[in-house]
Amino acid sequence: MFKPWLVFQLFLRSSRVQKKRAFLTVAAIAWGSLSLVLLLAFGEGMKRQLTRAQAGLGTDIAIMWPGETTLPWEGLPAGRPIRPRLEDVEMLAERVEHVSGVSGEMTNYRAPLTYGRTTINGRVTGASLAYGELRNHLAASGGRFLNILDEKLRRRVIFLGWTLAEDLYGEEDPVGRTLLVDDVPYTVVGVMEEKLQMGAYGGPDEDHAVIPITTFKTQFGRDFLSNLVVQADRPESMTAVLEGVREVLAAKYGFDPEDERALPTWNTVEGAAIMGNMLLGIQLFLGIIGGLTLFVGGIGVANIMYAVVKERTKEIGVKMALGARSRWVTGPLVLEGLTYTLLGGVLGLIMATGVVALLELLPTGGNEALEFLGKPTLSLPIAIATAAILGLIGLLAAYFPARRASLVDPAETLRYE
Amino acid sequence: MSEPQTPTGAAARATEPDTQPLIHMSGISKIYDTGKIQVEALLDIDLDVRNGEFLSIVGPSGSGKSTLMNLIGCLDTPTAGTYELQGEPVSGMTRTELADVRNRRIGFVFQNFNLIPQISTWENVEMPLLFGRVGKKQRRERVEELLEKVGLADRGEHKPTELSGGQMQRVAIARALAMRPALLLADEPTGNLDSSSGGDIMTLFEELWRQGHTMVVITHDLALAQRTKRRIELHDGRITQDSHSK
Repeated sequence: MFKPWLVFQLFLRSSRVQKKRAFLTVAAIAWGSLSLVLLLAFGEGMKRQLTRAQAGLGTDIAIMWPGETTLPWEGLPAGRPIRPRLEDVEMLAERVEHVSGVSGEMTNYRAPLTYGRTTINGRVTGASLAYGELRNHLAASGGRFLNILDEKLRRRVIFLGWTLAEDLYGEEDPVGRTLLVDDVPYTVVGVMEEKLQMGAYGGPDEDHAVIPITTFKTQFGRDFLSNLVVQADRPESMTAVLEGVREVLAAKYGFDPEDERALPTWNTVEGAAIMGNMLLGIQLFLGIIGGLTLFVGGIGVANIMYAVVKERTKEIGVKMALGARSRWVTGPLVLEGLTYTLLGGVLGLIMATGVVALLELLPTGGNEALEFLGKPTLSLPIAIATAAILGLIGLLAAYFPARRASLVDPAETLRYE
Repeated sequence: MSEPQTPTGAAARATEPDTQPLIHMSGISKIYDTGKIQVEALLDIDLDVRNGEFLSIVGPSGSGKSTLMNLIGCLDTPTAGTYELQGEPVSGMTRTELADVRNRRIGFVFQNFNLIPQISTWENVEMPLLFGRVGKKQRRERVEELLEKVGLADRGEHKPTELSGGQMQRVAIARALAMRPALLLADEPTGNLDSSSGGDIMTLFEELWRQGHTMVVITHDLALAQRTKRRIELHDGRITQDSHSK
C-alpha cells in the first residue's frame, strides 16, 4: 500500500544533506535546465522567424511560368511554347476549385526609374489586383497598394519596395511624388512595409516596383504574362489547384494536362513542408543536446543520492527495524531526489526567462543572422517538454539510489557502531 | 496486511492466557555462507518463551547471541528450523509482512540506542506510530504518555544528542514500547552506560515486566543477567544452559 502523505511526512523528517553539496547539485540541474530551455527557445525563435520569413513571399502559393510542351497532343507536336495571357487570370479564378486567388505578373527587369537626378535601372512588375494579398505587399502607413480603379483606368501609379524607395528618395517620403518610369511619369501611392522574406524569384520584393498590369501592357506593349501566382485555400488543396490550373489552360492552349513542363511550377507548399520537417529536426537536435546537458546534472543528483543512502544506511536500518516497509524508506529518498531536480529546474527556468528577456532588448536591426537567431522565444510546449525531461531525469536519478536503500539489510547495519 | 490491530489489541494479546508460547523455536540453525567457509552461528536451537517472561540470553562474544536476537526480532531468517511468533510461522513471510511484524509485535532496544539524531526526541518516539499508521491525535497522546512513563516528559523537543546516555536509552525504550509490542527485545541495553544509569535502565525493565511486558535481554553482563527470572547461556551457537532462576 502506497501512502503519499506518510512518505511526505517521512521525507520531512529525514536528515538533511550538507548545504554546500545540495547547492552544487541544484546548481548543476539549474545549469542543465538553463541550457535545455535556452536551446529550445532559440529553436522556437528561429522557427517563428523562418515561418514569418516564408510568409513574406506568400502563404500557400505557387508560381507558374510559361514553358514548352514535351508531349505531343492531339496531333500537335512537342516543343510548342505555352504562354498564358492576362485574360487567363480571370478565367482561372472563376473555374478552378479551391483557388483563393490568382494573379498575373509581367516583369521588366531593367526599367530606368528616375527621380530628380537619380536614375536606377530597377525591376518593375505589372501585377493584377490579387497580387498585393497573395504576395504580402502591405503598404507602410501613409500609403496604399494598387486598387481596382488603378487597374480599370490604367492609372500611372506605382508601389515601391522599401529599399528601392530609399535608394530613390533617401530621407524623403515618396508617397504622392512623381517617379519617371522609362520617362513616363507615375505617382507613388505607397511604399512596402518592411518584411522578412525568404525565397524569391526574380529578386527580393524590397527592391522592386509594382504598377497595374493594364498600365504595364500599355506602356511596354507586352501581351504574355511573365508568370502566374496562384493561392490555394488550404495547403492540402494545392495539388488539386495546380491540376485545375493545368486542365483549364490545357483546354485553352491545347496541351496534355499531364505535361508538367508546359507550365513549370514552384509549389511553395512543398518547400514549406520540407522546411517544417527540417525545423522539427533542428528542434529535436537542440532538445537532445539540452537534454544531455541536463542528464549530466541528473548524474549529479544520482551521485548525491547514492552518498545519502550510504551515509544513512544505519538510519535506514533503524527505520526498517521499527517496521518501515521498503517503500517508506525509498519513497522519501525518491522525493528528495525529485526535490533537488525540480528546485534546480525552477531556478534554471527563471534564469532562462531572464536571459530571453535580456536578448529581447538587444537590437537586431539589419543583421540577418541576428534576425533569425537572436529572438529566442519561450512557449508552453517548451515548458512542458522541459518539465517532462526534468521529471524523468529526477525519477531516474532518485530511483536507483533508493532501490539500493531498500536492499539494506537491517541486521547487518544494526550490529556495528 | 494482518488484521487491523489497534495498539490496545496488541496489549490484550500480551496478557491473554497462555494457550501457546509467544516464541516457539525448534531446530533453528543459522549458517553464514561466506563462499569457502561456512560459519555456523547457531545450531539446532529449541526455545520457547511464554508471555510475561523476563529472560536473559548470555554468552561470550561470538556465541551467537546477536544472531539469535536478529532471528527473534525477524530482522533475519534462519537457515533451518521453524520459528513461530504468537503461533504464526515467520518463515515464508514477505519483506512487507516482516516489516509489519517488527512494527507491531516487537520493540527493539539497542546497545547504541540507534536514535535518529536529526529529529527530536518526540519525533523519534513517534516514528513507529507513523509506520503503524496511527492517527495524528492518538500519536500525540501516545508519545506524551510514553515520555511520561520513562520520565522524560520535558525533553520532547530536545534532539537525542542533547541527552545523556541513560536518557537516550530511555527514549529508545519509549520508542520500543510505542506500538504496544508483544515482546521487548533488548541487545546489551546497558553496554554503553555507566553502572548507575545501567542500573536505572534495569530497574525500568523490571518495572515494565511487572506491568506485564515480555522481556528478552541479550547481554554478557552476568550481574545484569542475575536480575532476570530466566537465563539462557549460549556457547558456540548452542544453548548450554536454560535456568529458571528464582
